[in-house]
Amino acid sequence: LAQARRPLGPYDTSEAVTPYAQATTYNNFYEFGTGKDDPARLAGSLKPRPWTVLIDGEVKKPVRVDIDTLQSWFPLEDRIYRMRCVEGWSMVMPWLGFPLAALLRRIEPNSKAKYVQFTALHDPKQFPGQRGNVLDWPYVEGLRLDEALHPLTFMAVGLQGRVLPGQNGAPLRLVVPWKYGFKSIKSVVRITLTQKQPRTTWALAAPDEYGFYANVNPAVPHPRWSQATERRIGELRRRPTLPFNGYAEQVAHLYKGMDLRRFF
Amino acid sequence: MPRRAAPPLPWLAPGVVVGGLLPAGVLLLDALTGALGANPVQRATLQTGLLALTLLILSLACTPLRRLTGWTWPARIRKALGLLAFGYAALHFLIYLFDHAFTPGVVLEDVVKRPFVTVGFAALLLLLPLALTSTRDAVRRLGFPKWQRLHQLVYVAASLGVLHYWWGVKKDHTPPLVAVLVVAFLFALRLIRRRRPRPRP
Repeated sequence: LAQARRPLGPYDTSEAVTPYAQATTYNNFYEFGTGKDDPARLAGSLKPRPWTVLIDGEVKKPVRVDIDTLQSWFPLEDRIYRMRCVEGWSMVMPWLGFPLAALLRRIEPNSKAKYVQFTALHDPKQFPGQRGNVLDWPYVEGLRLDEALHPLTFMAVGLQGRVLPGQNGAPLRLVVPWKYGFKSIKSVVRITLTQKQPRTTWALAAPDEYGFYANVNPAVPHPRWSQATERRIGELRRRPTLPFNGYAEQVAHLYKGMDLRRFF
Repeated sequence: MPRRAAPPLPWLAPGVVVGGLLPAGVLLLDALTGALGANPVQRATLQTGLLALTLLILSLACTPLRRLTGWTWPARIRKALGLLAFGYAALHFLIYLFDHAFTPGVVLEDVVKRPFVTVGFAALLLLLPLALTSTRDAVRRLGFPKWQRLHQLVYVAASLGVLHYWWGVKKDHTPPLVAVLVVAFLFALRLIRRRRPRPRP
């Protein structure tokens, strides 16, 4: 499918898109293995159809829905987002999908809902990396409700005009472009509205290194490396990392009055 | 203790040097042909670091191997292995410097503030005097006992190198654990050896 030329939306970037070959062969997806090339090599074992997503918790209309039905509820949109990994590299990714806010409006969080918890598929038959306990499976991520409702927060089902490949989180993944990549959980099977802050996988695995918020922040270094710069995949030299990955204008107000060194 | 007669193996030391330089050649070729993947700088950093540590461990294995087997050839390749280890460690550091655009402030902050970088840098610094005194001439100048004491720094360097490897891994510590166990085993062999009275030949 050729990428149709379209006017850039308010949240898109005009920066050069990361070539598809690199965006689909250099991935962190520990469900397949800890190597960067493991996901592309082993993604064949993931079966993205049939696929059901359970939406429950503090909602008025809990639902268990087939991925194709879920997709048909919303007009699919293109978004070109920067993606910054906590390891210090970045890409520019053209996603296809729908805003999470549209889904949340449809299932109607009740007044007790404060957070959104996402759970990825747990199936060692499809995810060979889950046969070991490198992380505490299943992978769990979470957002504050206001973060989840932000128009930038996106559920992707496609990449560069194609169906989302397994190594990039088929068939449904979260994309939160102002946060480090590990927040953007892949192969989601459950979305639960909660009262309490979800206990998220990396924050549990290494609480001094990975926080719940994980906002891209050049001023707060990782214990083992600086976050001031990043390498855009395809470039040799590093470039400065921008606060909130360049989306400060859109999202900084969500964290007004918060000490971002403490809530990293 | 009966000793097997040492085979001449004249090709051994040059063979180790050529074989040890081969990965550097492959790395350079891969870099020039774009075969290092999406993040070539990161790949080159990891590979040179791993090569440095592996060669350092191999150089540490020479003496126990010679003592256990009575073979003399391990002693003759120890220097080459040690120098190759230093070479790859230096290359590893050079790539890291390139990665940070040779900016002194950034590098200094890393070395001072981040233990992961501090221990790696310290290991490289410790290997430097060993590489500089690797010649026959240096042994003569220092005198063997002094030279030997100086070269015991290699234990510290190897320990720091393994720690650097351990801290460099985000998750799945199996490969650094293997390195820890191998280094611990080699140290243990030496300690056991030291406790026993040495048999006179």
